[in-house]
Amino acid sequence: MGAWAIAVHGGAGVDPNLPKERQEEAKRLLTRCLDIGISALRSNLPAIDVVELVVRELETDPLFNSGRGSALTENGTVEMEASIMDGPKRRCGAVSGLTTVKNPVSLARLVMDKTPHSYLAFAGAEEFARKQGVELVDNQYFITEDNVGMLKLAKEANSILFDYRIPTLGTCGGGAALESPIQMNGLPISVYAPETVGCVVVDKEGRCAAATSTGGLMNKMTGRIGDSPLIGSGTYACDLVAVSCTGEGEAIIRSTLAREVAAVMEYKGLNLHEAVDYVIKYRLDEGKAGLIAVSKNGEVACGFNTTGMFRGCATEDGFMEVGVW
Amino acid sequence: MGWAIALHGGAGDIPRSLPPELRLPREAGLRHCLDVGIAALKAHKHPLDVVELVVRELENHPHFNAGKGSVLTSSGTIEMEASIMDGKSKRCGAVSGLSTVVNAVSLARLVMEKTPHIYLGFHGAEAFAREQGVETADPSYFITPENIERLKQAQEANRVQIDYTQPIQKEPNDAAAAARIPNGDSQIGTVGCVAVDGEGNLASATSTGGLVNKMAGRIGDSPIIGAGTYANHICAVSATGKGEAMIRGTVARDVAAVMEFKGLSLKEAAAYVIDQVPPGNAGLVAVSSTGEIATVYNTAGMFRASASEDGYSEISIWDSPIKVSN
Repeated sequence: MGAWAIAVHGGAGVDPNLPKERQEEAKRLLTRCLDIGISALRSNLPAIDVVELVVRELETDPLFNSGRGSALTENGTVEMEASIMDGPKRRCGAVSGLTTVKNPVSLARLVMDKTPHSYLAFAGAEEFARKQGVELVDNQYFITEDNVGMLKLAKEANSILFDYRIPTLGTCGGGAALESPIQMNGLPISVYAPETVGCVVVDKEGRCAAATSTGGLMNKMTGRIGDSPLIGSGTYACDLVAVSCTGEGEAIIRSTLAREVAAVMEYKGLNLHEAVDYVIKYRLDEGKAGLIAVSKNGEVACGFNTTGMFRGCATEDGFMEVGVW
Repeated sequence: MGWAIALHGGAGDIPRSLPPELRLPREAGLRHCLDVGIAALKAHKHPLDVVELVVRELENHPHFNAGKGSVLTSSGTIEMEASIMDGKSKRCGAVSGLSTVVNAVSLARLVMEKTPHIYLGFHGAEAFAREQGVETADPSYFITPENIERLKQAQEANRVQIDYTQPIQKEPNDAAAAARIPNGDSQIGTVGCVAVDGEGNLASATSTGGLVNKMAGRIGDSPIIGAGTYANHICAVSATGKGEAMIRGTVARDVAAVMEFKGLSLKEAAAYVIDQVPPGNAGLVAVSSTGEIATVYNTAGMFRASASEDGYSEISIWDSPIKVSN
C-alpha cells in the first residue's frame, strides 16, 4: 500500500503588499482545509470523496473566489463553475453558469455519477440541481460586500480583474486602481481580488483525484466560461497524477495546463517534480498561472510563475506546509 | 510540403448498407465543402479563415449534425456549440448553448477576436451574438424532420444517441424505415475541418448540435479546447464521436502531445490516440505542419474528405483501418 498526499490552493498571483491579517486568514483557511482532508484520508475515504469534501469547505468559506465570495460578472451577479475528476478510469464531471447551487463541486460530482454526460451548464445545470435536490440558495447569498466594491473598481479601471492583482509597488496598499508595471491577463493589474480554489489528493490505494471551483474573473462577460470546468485545462486526473490549476484562465486553456503535466509524465517519463517545473517554465508562454499536483506514489508538488500562490500540502509521513510566497 | 486540408461530417456506426437517399446528399456535401476549402487554400487564404469557411458550409448543410440539421435535446430544442483554434498563436474561441445563431463557428471566432475571453455559453453567448450582429434565425430553422424522428426513436428506446449511426428500427411499415438497419445508435455527426498552408500555419474548427436526446445544458467535446479541437505549431486536430470519451481522453490535444513527446508521425499519433478510446466511440481528422494528413476512427465509418497540394484527394465514409500506412 502506498502513502497518501494532499494539496489545496486558493489562487495564484498574490499582492506583495497584501495586509498581514489577510495572509494569516488565508493560511488559517488552507490549514483548516488540509486538516479536513487529512482526517478524511486517515478514515480511508477514497481520493474522489476527499477532494469534494475539501473543495466544499473552500466554496463555503467566503474568503476565496468560489461559492460564497465568488467574483462578480459585469452585471453584478455570480456565475460559478467547477470540475472534478477521478483518476482511475478518468471519470469526470463539470458544471458552469451556476447561480443558485450552494456547492458547485458537488453538482459536478453528481453530473459525473448520475448522468451519461460530463458537463452541464447554465439553465440545464440548474434544472439538474433542482431535480437532484441539492441545496439551493438565492444568488445574493454568494455576493460579498468586498466583491461589490471590487467590481466597482474594476469597472472604473475598465479592466477585467484577474484572480489576484498586484498594485503598483510603492503605492499605499491595495485599493488603488492604477497602472502597474506588473501585468496579468494583458491588462493593468488593479486591486486585490479573490481566487479560484482547488484540491488534489492521492489516497493509500494510489488513486488520484482533482477538483477545481471558481466564480471566475471579476467583471467577466455574462456567460464567460474559464479554465476551471474544462477537463485538461483547469483540472485533470489519471492513473499517474492529479492536477488543479489557477491563474489566467485563457492562458491555462491555451496551454491545456493540467493535461500537460500528466502528458509529460506519461510520454516523456518525467517524475512529478520535473513535470511541474517543466510545464510552468516552458509551457505557459506569456501566461501567468500556478498549479498543485500529486502523483500515485504519494508525492506532492506545486509550481507557479506568479508572485505567490495561496497553497498548502501534506503527506502521510507528517510533512505539512502552508504558504503564500 | 504545400497545403493540406481534411474535414469530417461525423464518425459512428454508419452501416455499409446506408441507403442512397441518406448517403448521396452527404457525399455531395463533403465534396462541396472540400472544393470550398481547396479553392480558399489555392487563393492563399489563411488556414484559420479556411477552416471557418468550410465549417460554415458544413453547418449550413442539413445532413450533418451542426447548424441546420443539428440533433435535438431531450426537450426537442436546439443547443449548438463550436470551437476554433489557431495553431501558431494558440488563440482560440468557443461557444455553447446556441439556439438562434446560424453559424456557431463564426461566433466562436468572434469570441476569440472580439472579447478578452475564450469561451461564452448560453444566454451570454446569444447576447454577444446580438451585439455582434451575426446572422440569427428562429430555432425552427435548424430543426429537420429527420431529427424530430431521431429524437422520438431515442426517447422510445430511452437512449442517448451519439454522433452517427442509423436510426433504431421500429415497425418497418414504410420503405425508408425498412431500409434502416436495426439496433444501432443513431448518430449523424459532428463536423470539423483542419488545414495547413505552405508556410506551416495550422488551424482547426469543430461544430455540432451534440447528442440526440441530450440533457438540456449538456456540453460535449466539440467546444472544449484539447478535447474536440486543438492546434499548435505541430498539427491541427478535429475530433468526433462520443463527447464524454473525447473529454476524458483529451483526444485532440493528445495527438499533438504524442507527436511532440514520443516523436511519432501524425498518422502514428492519430492511430495511437484513437486506440486509447473504447471502440465505437471516436474518430478524428488531422494535418501536420509538414502537410501530412491523417483520418482515423474506431467506429464503423466516418464521413470525411481530404486533399493536399500534390493533387491527392479523397472522399470516404468507410475503409480506413486504424493502422499506420505510408
